Amino acid sequence: MAVAVGRPSNEELRNLSLSGHVGFDSLPDQLVNKSTSQGFCFNILCVGETGIGKSTLMDTLFNTKFESDPATHNEPGVRLKARSYELQESNVRLKLTIVDTVGFGDQINKDDSYKPIVEYIDAQFEAYLQEELKIKRSLFNYHDTRIHACLYFIAPTGHSLKSLDLVTMKKLDSKVNIIPIIAKADTIAKNELHKFKSKIMSELVSNGVQIYQFPTDEETVAEINATMSVHLPFAVVGSTEEVKIGNKMAKARQYPWGVVQVENENHCDFVKLREMLIRVNMEDLREQTHTRHYELYRRCKLEEMGFKDTDPDSKPFSLQETYEAKRNEFLGELQKKEEEMRQMFVMRVKEKEAELKEAEKELHEKFDLLKRTHQEEKKKVEDKKKELEEEVNSFQKKKAAAQLLQSQAQQSGAQQTKKDKDKKKQSSWLLMKSTLRLGLLELFFCSLL
Amino acid sequence: MDPLRRSPSPCSPQASSPESPPCEMLGYVGIEAVLDQLKIKAMKMGFEFNIMVVGQSGLGKSTMVNTLFKSKMWKSTPPGLGGPTPQTLQLHSVTHVIEENGVKLKLTVTDTPGFGDQINNDKCWDPILGYINEKYEQYLQEELLITRQRHIPDSRVHCCVYFVPPTGHCLRPLDIEFLQRLCRTVNVVPVIARADSLTIEEREAFRRRIQHNLKTHSIEVYPQKCFDEDVNDRILNSRIRDRIPFAVVGADREHMVNGRCVLGRKTKWGIIEVENMAHCEFPLLRDLLIRSHLQDLKDITHNVHYENYRVIRLNQSHVLPRGPGWVNLAPAPPCQPSSPGLTKVCRWAQDNSDEDS
Repeated sequence: MAVAVGRPSNEELRNLSLSGHVGFDSLPDQLVNKSTSQGFCFNILCVGETGIGKSTLMDTLFNTKFESDPATHNEPGVRLKARSYELQESNVRLKLTIVDTVGFGDQINKDDSYKPIVEYIDAQFEAYLQEELKIKRSLFNYHDTRIHACLYFIAPTGHSLKSLDLVTMKKLDSKVNIIPIIAKADTIAKNELHKFKSKIMSELVSNGVQIYQFPTDEETVAEINATMSVHLPFAVVGSTEEVKIGNKMAKARQYPWGVVQVENENHCDFVKLREMLIRVNMEDLREQTHTRHYELYRRCKLEEMGFKDTDPDSKPFSLQETYEAKRNEFLGELQKKEEEMRQMFVMRVKEKEAELKEAEKELHEKFDLLKRTHQEEKKKVEDKKKELEEEVNSFQKKKAAAQLLQSQAQQSGAQQTKKDKDKKKQSSWLLMKSTLRLGLLELFFCSLL
Repeated sequence: MDPLRRSPSPCSPQASSPESPPCEMLGYVGIEAVLDQLKIKAMKMGFEFNIMVVGQSGLGKSTMVNTLFKSKMWKSTPPGLGGPTPQTLQLHSVTHVIEENGVKLKLTVTDTPGFGDQINNDKCWDPILGYINEKYEQYLQEELLITRQRHIPDSRVHCCVYFVPPTGHCLRPLDIEFLQRLCRTVNVVPVIARADSLTIEEREAFRRRIQHNLKTHSIEVYPQKCFDEDVNDRILNSRIRDRIPFAVVGADREHMVNGRCVLGRKTKWGIIEVENMAHCEFPLLRDLLIRSHLQDLKDITHNVHYENYRVIRLNQSHVLPRGPGWVNLAPAPPCQPSSPGLTKVCRWAQDNSDEDS
């Protein structure tokens, strides 16, 4: 009921004592009700080699069967596959997204293995940033796809971390909350496990890899978080098959030499992982992603774009001023490009024109040539025609002369000789006529050709 | 087991997910523990609430605030002994941290002495609107910084309680003007002040007339009809809407009634108990503001009113028409810089055609 507040007051905040029950202690409940009606989002990224047990572990963690197709080892590069599911438990709706790295560690050259992962994480931050910077935005029903937790699966070699693991984790530690786990832990004996764990942790520390620290500032969870942190990285075994143990069915893996129970704390750390990931720190993981990793990304991205925080007594909208400057710069660039394009266009037009003119000239020349040859031919035919006419004329003259002679011979001579001469003249006249006809026909045919 | 459909979305950062198939869980996983985690976190961080009381002097605003939060927020000025009535409208706020059962609440109350007190009350709402917008501006600037604070301090006004004088007739032109302007910027809850001067029947008639006035001038007071999420909300909120404006009486003195100690006003003809539903509707107001809808008030302020302000403000800085030059970011649609009504930025896109006038 009435509580005297004995907290040190800061600045002008005065602590007031209440004289009765006001009722705002229902506030956390109001908040929780609001959140349950909206639902929660949680996104897990599983990084590990093919066949190390990522899908099985997810199935075991969430007590359901998510996916059935195991990946092959023939992937040319690393790619990320994201799948979303809706889970509901009592009145809590969870939108769970599980992102898998397909083909991680399968290539011969693994230099660029981490790149697709980093790009994916950045892409999710970018999408959120774009939504946040929009003028008309709707953040409260935005489906948050930023990765909240990254489970890094370490192969159970028993020696130390592989260099690929170190490199990848180093690249990811400032972008996402990394929780390293040892997969397929039933292949390591207990004494080896302890050495393996300490070796891994010391390697991580010496290489400066920042893994996710379970929060120890809140009294209710500090204790459990502190005890659990000692067991990092968690050695887990995943299984969706149930084996009869005692008189219950439990998730376990059956071997000829015994049964490894998943939920037995002596056998593996699965229960610890589930506690830490889901039951105790899910909200903290989400908050860290938003307030630390996302803010870092946002700051870097905005600084990269040229935005700066100006000091408080200058113009209020530093973001807008820089935006205006950038916009003008951009418009100037656009104009320059437009000019360039216009000039190029003009040049091309000129070239095309020149080509066309050339073609036109050629055509004219051809036309002239043809005309000339035609005229020459015409002249030749005319010449031939003239020749023919001359020959006809000369023949006519000869004919007239012959006729004259004939008539003279007729008047002075005998009839016999006249007849003979006539016959002769006739026959020779006939011969001449026929030869002339032939000649004319020849000429005619020649002129036709 | 449910047949699972794959919803592959490889590497593409989609803002809204495609159909996520519901999964059947075979056992207890512990997801609901996230609710407790939320609660712990919220209680550690504490809550903030900013309330503004507007009304003419002498309507009992300060007393009402004291009664609501059961503490002496500030001294209620007795009539005649206070200082000279201020010539212009001044706003002054006071902040307190109150705690109940481990829940810390940082409460800021803003009073508006001098509202409606002058002879010429033209534009007396301008300082109030200016104050509210100034708070939005502060928040916006904090949000746009490159290096932001972990938790931006929220000084935006979450609720404005408007005190209607108990004339018994209907809303006055000043009231209507003020309500029209403010309901678009902030959540407004009108109350009938000093309701002990009205009988029950007069109260009902007055209430109906005020409701009719609000409807005629299309003033949407809190809880706004267009933000009802689902059927339960609608039922609950329509019950509240039926009783708005609440007829309230404020008192900060305790008296003995039938052996119990109650807050009330003692008059010659009886003691008006503040917390008695038969006497006045103060419990309804208190429940609405504090016990059931406080978070909702904050959410609507943040998601609707603040976003509206942000849209106007970000568009105002550009005289040039918007083009694709929003460097590397999503192109913003062209927007007129007039103040949008409540219906323009509506949360639940599926349901906003649900208003009847």
